[in-house]
Amino acid sequence: MSNTAKHLSVSVWRGFADGHYQTFEVPRQDNQTVLDVVTWIQRNTEPSLAYRFACRVGVCGSCAMTVNGRPRWTCRTHISKVVDQDGKLELAPLANLPPIKDLVADMRPFFDKWEKAEGKFHPSKTRVDPMATISPETTKRQAADKAIECINCGVCYAACDSVRWNPAYLGPAALNRAWTLANDERDAGGPQRLKAVSANGGCHSCHSHQSCEQHCPIGLNPTESIAGLKRLTVDAYIRGELS
Amino acid sequence: MRLYILQRGTAALMVPLIAIHLALIVYATGNGLTASEILARTRGSIAWGLFYQVFVIAAAVHGAIGLRSVARDWLRIGPRPQTGLMWGFGLLLLAFGTRAVIAVVFPGSLS
Repeated sequence: MSNTAKHLSVSVWRGFADGHYQTFEVPRQDNQTVLDVVTWIQRNTEPSLAYRFACRVGVCGSCAMTVNGRPRWTCRTHISKVVDQDGKLELAPLANLPPIKDLVADMRPFFDKWEKAEGKFHPSKTRVDPMATISPETTKRQAADKAIECINCGVCYAACDSVRWNPAYLGPAALNRAWTLANDERDAGGPQRLKAVSANGGCHSCHSHQSCEQHCPIGLNPTESIAGLKRLTVDAYIRGELS
Repeated sequence: MRLYILQRGTAALMVPLIAIHLALIVYATGNGLTASEILARTRGSIAWGLFYQVFVIAAAVHGAIGLRSVARDWLRIGPRPQTGLMWGFGLLLLAFGTRAVIAVVFPGSLS
């Protein structure tokens, strides 16, 4: 079967952690994303197939799955980009997360670590204070802007070797978020955030393999953000603010 | 955090030490020096003794902390075995390295 075959042979992970692959024949179309394929299977062949999606246009980050062994947004992955010579496609839930059912992974560990990395904003002002004026020209703001577009799809987390090897590791997305807040002039959570990201499983557990950068669908570079956090923690250690 | 600082600090320290060590190897092999000619130059040299002892300490600290991370990631062992492995490997490197430094600076003293 060539790359332009009329049907795709799609192996889809079914069941739970101890599940198996089930193969479906799906008609191929000229313009077809991986998410279209999954939707076709659920609507036409296997109504019990579980998968997750919302926006279908690369904004919400909920449809990420393992496509031919690689984590991807299925809504923005055209079939022609991933299907092999035999017209075969293999779909599984995101790696490094507990599977719930079929193509749905449990995102709770991902967001728990996001909170553990102090990924939330700590306001330094009240609502009665005047609005902060942030210059887009400052080095800190530019560093934050460079990393801020993350939509928490979990692709980097699924691609990360350090997450796979070290269950305590907070992961690229959580640390990337911590880096954006560390560069936010309005945020007052700096000291506790640096403590959180330098604890066991924090930024120092990153081996800089850069799989996160390689796989990020919007081209962010969490490894660079983590390197920034490493520099901040070393500076804080030298100043005696971290032990 | 302390281990990270120690590992990165020893890495930075070893950069010039490795460069000097490699330059020395190139010089010795380029000039066809024999082992006895090299030992004649290092014998009794406090400077070379200090240079290589600092190198040995830095390598022992750096390697042991690195091995701890590898063991954590690949062997999935707990914190206590990680620490035990780190100390064991570090002390072993320190002992072997120190023995080599003594042998180079004070040849014959270990036989």
